[in-house]
Amino acid sequence: MAEIDYRRIVSDGLWHNNQALVALLGLCPLMAVTNTLVNGLGLGLATTAVLLGSNVIVSAIRHWVRAEVRLPVFVMIIASLVTAVELVMHAWFHELYLILGIFIPLIVTNCTIIGRAEAFASRNPVAASALDGLSMGLGSTAVLVVLGGMREFIGQGTLFSGAHLLFGEAARHWELSLGDGYQGLLLAILPPGAFIGLGFLIAIKNILDKRSAQAARKAETLEAALTSPQ
Amino acid sequence: MAKSSERPWVSALISAAVLGVFAVLGASLVGLTYVGTADRIAQSEREALYRQLNAVLPRDEYDNELLKDYIDIQVPRALGAAQTRVYRGRRQGERVALIFSPVIAQGYSGDIKLVIGIREDGRLSGVRVLSHQETPGLGDKIDAEKSPWILGFAGKSLDHPSEDQWKVKRDGGAFDQFTGATITPRGVVAAVKKALQYFRKAHEQLFEAPSQYEAPDHG
Repeated sequence: MAEIDYRRIVSDGLWHNNQALVALLGLCPLMAVTNTLVNGLGLGLATTAVLLGSNVIVSAIRHWVRAEVRLPVFVMIIASLVTAVELVMHAWFHELYLILGIFIPLIVTNCTIIGRAEAFASRNPVAASALDGLSMGLGSTAVLVVLGGMREFIGQGTLFSGAHLLFGEAARHWELSLGDGYQGLLLAILPPGAFIGLGFLIAIKNILDKRSAQAARKAETLEAALTSPQ
Repeated sequence: MAKSSERPWVSALISAAVLGVFAVLGASLVGLTYVGTADRIAQSEREALYRQLNAVLPRDEYDNELLKDYIDIQVPRALGAAQTRVYRGRRQGERVALIFSPVIAQGYSGDIKLVIGIREDGRLSGVRVLSHQETPGLGDKIDAEKSPWILGFAGKSLDHPSEDQWKVKRDGGAFDQFTGATITPRGVVAAVKKALQYFRKAHEQLFEAPSQYEAPDHG
């Protein structure tokens, strides 16, 4: 079996194959709950927990599940995990659970999860699959948080509003505000704001990738010029 | 992977068995989580309900167990909801206030669910929004998290301001509307007024009727 490149798994999950920015998977919840940073973070962490759990289980059973029933089995594992995560959120993060509402059970339909189960976990050992699940989950969470933060800041002039829903009463004063004078740009909070915001994030990522590719090419030619015989 | 030497029905049975085993495991996981979280979920829901009720009637004004002293009424014409639960706040057996949950107001985009507390003397102890679908940035200022507007109801009654002043200012009444959103506050003011009128007519029975709370059956 080929050597597993753990660094590559992490960098794929967080950046090069980011499920939200490159694969463009799981966009429905991404659009719906990113009206504040805290909502985005809450759904992102719940999704990451499910992704980690499903990758580990799918990888652990990969030799026992026959090919013809593997997809139903994966779906069953994912659905059970999501229901368990939903119950846990209902118990300990009651208000956040009410805000995220239908989008917690809908994690089942997030294509990222079944996608990683099929494309990675069913072919790789447990440790690598766990790392893949964690990286992919955190990559998506980062996009949820950045998009949520952008929309919240532009739309209502605050950041971290509702932090106590996730971090307890002590976090109530984390909220940053531009003050009552800021009226907010309604567009950012409404659904079109999510599409526009995501578009900008994808564009920024592509620009950064292009820059670093150019820099690498330049360094190569420079090196070639320096080492070439006079 | 099905081996070529297997007969088709053997292969199908094995596949079915694998699927069945995982169904049982999945259901067990959900069942165990449910058992582990059920008490905590019930407690969270009780706490959330208490937070709602205490927002419209301060905790130090009553000393009875609110969640065990209520009646359910069906007066959609006055309160907008098919069924409304009325909690009765008492202090040393004396009547303090009634809390109506939910009362439904007509908003700009659908129902606005309110919880309304009315003291024994007919003054409002508080009004809060439970849920709504009003436009963010405009109509959602009825939410106490977004604007203090709804806090202004506390202390008001049908005598203060007088009954014909229970309208938004644009309609010649005493209540502020929001810039760019008149329909939302108009609906809320009308719903609160109707609840007050219903209270004036019915509070005697509402306080006196025996509680419909039944201790949970552990049989």
